[in-house]
Amino acid sequence: MFSNAQHQMQLAPEDSMRILVIEDDRDTAMYLTKGLAESGHVVDHAADGEDGFALAREAAHDVVIVDRMLPKLDGLTLIERLRGEGVQTPVLILSALGQVDDKVKGLRAGGDDYLSKPYAFSELLARVEGLARRTQPDAVATKHTVGDLTVDVLSRTVTREEQEIALLPREFKLLEYLVRHAGQVVTRTMLLENVWDYHFDPQTNVIDVHISRLRAKIDKGFDQPLLHTVRGAGYTIRADAR
Amino acid sequence: MRTLGKLLRTSTFRFAAVYLLLFALSSGAILAYVYWNTAVLLERQTDDIIEAEVTGLNEQYRQRGLDGLISIVSERSARSRDGLYLFTNYFGRRLAGNMDSKPEEVSGKSGWVEFPYTVHAPDGAEQHRARAFHTQLRGGFTLVVGRDVEERLQFSNLIQQTLFVALAMIAALGLAGGLLMSRNFLTRIDSIGETSRNIMAGDLSERMPVSGTGDELDRLSLSLNAMLDQIERLMTGMKEVTDNVAHDLKTPLTRLKARVEDALRSNSPEQHRAALEQTLSEADDLLKTFASLLSIARTEAGEARTGLEATDITELITELGELYEPLAEEAGGTLEVFAAQGLQVTGDRQLLAQAVTNLLDNALKYAVWDKDDGSHPELVVRLRADRQGNDVVIDIIDNGPGVPEADRARVVERFVRLDKSRSKPGSGLGLSLASGVASLHRGRLELADAGPGLRARLYLPVSQSVSL
Repeated sequence: MFSNAQHQMQLAPEDSMRILVIEDDRDTAMYLTKGLAESGHVVDHAADGEDGFALAREAAHDVVIVDRMLPKLDGLTLIERLRGEGVQTPVLILSALGQVDDKVKGLRAGGDDYLSKPYAFSELLARVEGLARRTQPDAVATKHTVGDLTVDVLSRTVTREEQEIALLPREFKLLEYLVRHAGQVVTRTMLLENVWDYHFDPQTNVIDVHISRLRAKIDKGFDQPLLHTVRGAGYTIRADAR
Repeated sequence: MRTLGKLLRTSTFRFAAVYLLLFALSSGAILAYVYWNTAVLLERQTDDIIEAEVTGLNEQYRQRGLDGLISIVSERSARSRDGLYLFTNYFGRRLAGNMDSKPEEVSGKSGWVEFPYTVHAPDGAEQHRARAFHTQLRGGFTLVVGRDVEERLQFSNLIQQTLFVALAMIAALGLAGGLLMSRNFLTRIDSIGETSRNIMAGDLSERMPVSGTGDELDRLSLSLNAMLDQIERLMTGMKEVTDNVAHDLKTPLTRLKARVEDALRSNSPEQHRAALEQTLSEADDLLKTFASLLSIARTEAGEARTGLEATDITELITELGELYEPLAEEAGGTLEVFAAQGLQVTGDRQLLAQAVTNLLDNALKYAVWDKDDGSHPELVVRLRADRQGNDVVIDIIDNGPGVPEADRARVVERFVRLDKSRSKPGSGLGLSLASGVASLHRGRLELADAGPGLRARLYLPVSQSVSL
């Protein structure tokens, strides 16, 4: 499950993150720690809410992963306290409660993303990396460049090798999300949530079809493909060919 | 003894007792009035007759003197059946009349007396009561005129007795009736209690007894029964889910386990990898099934109803059409989308989207087919939203083989798949979820023949703000 070799090797040293995992279940914590470490990140672990809070308030981490149900200090309270102390580290909430209103509660408490159990590790990794990226300055940039592809968010234009590419509004939104997370793996669920605002798993491959349409428009006829499929995880847009 | 105590404590009995008291009082009043009207009036009538006679005899005495009076008294004594007469001189000797002697009670100048006297009947002597008026005439003569009141007294007594007997009977009957009514009520309450205990013990099929009279207990029983029906439906649904989960999750889990065991026995890394990949994809399917089951359970429990808000169906359908249109093209077909303007319901956008995508998935999955002659009709799926009366209706119409009428009700149930080989992907939960979502919105899912193909129609009641 964690042997996502391609994904893990592409990680440059400067992309390595320090991640705090607050999870009381030993096995889950071990899998998470191992998987994140294998993906090139440095991981700290706390087994209950109080320890987790103590570690997190030092604000030395890039991302905090918090289980919602924790001994001693409940996950949501922990986040509220962190935010109360002015700690702005992005937080990913893990929970067995996966309904939309549970998510809303989690996000309202100050969480940045919400992942319901059971989840695929690839999904978790993609979201963690997405969160870390969000805090970086270029997340609000209006112009994104991936190789020779430029996406201008303000004028809503896409150009590649000086040629303008016409996209439908939804295709533009899809591409915009991908380039905002360039170099990261973006899962199908993340796309459905962020581009279409649907918070459920579709039974069929709707997203794949939209990606292949987008791919036909931005990659077809060019030497170097930019939009890649990451097997078992999702998609990524990046310039380096492999 | 305990039963009697229970009986006396019932509210029915207490009502009966209060009514009994009121009824006894009013009956007593009526009977007292009757008694007064008969006994007392009869007594007064007797007195009037006696007074009239005394007045008459005084008159005779004045006109005809002593002899006249004696002869009249003698004549009346002989003739009258119940009249009592006595005319004595100063010494108390009888001069005329049918009484043997002056009663001891007679004293003073004049006045009313009541006294016993002996009647000489052919079959022996009898003691009777009499009532009389005595007057002293000039010269020491005494005139006593009376009537035998034995019959009247007996009549009074009879009326009195009747009164008491009637009162006693009213009390007894009322008490018995009250007890009987209470017992009847208590029996029905007890049987309701008994039924509830049976239901609590686990027999959910039991129902409260209904007598059929439509009284308040029946109405209570009927509402309890309606509640029980609902509970039983929920419990049956729950049991069905558990059974289905057991069946439909066990099968893939067994397969998964077998594959892992098989891979463990093998030494080839390729086989290990293949087994792991298959296991992963199977686990993903299982998780999806599980998530769908949870969603269905949640919609059916009505738990999500609190989170409903105004949802723009026109926008939702347009968006979903856009989302699915490429998929339909990929499948070699077309998706035609139509949404009337301004459709709005109070709903959960996520759940509604999930219901519609499930139906679209089904249409795209099952409507591709080969006809008997080998031809392959082009797939056309139509997604339409429109207003129909008080409902917003969302149609998902395909031109596939459709669903036989006999299977349409069944296919909505959880895990039911008409594709017996189960070769196409899917959990058999799509329609259940769509139906659950529809009922959450107080609407329904209807499957019909689109000739050819299947028409799945979601009826969703229009939100208040729009219909007003």
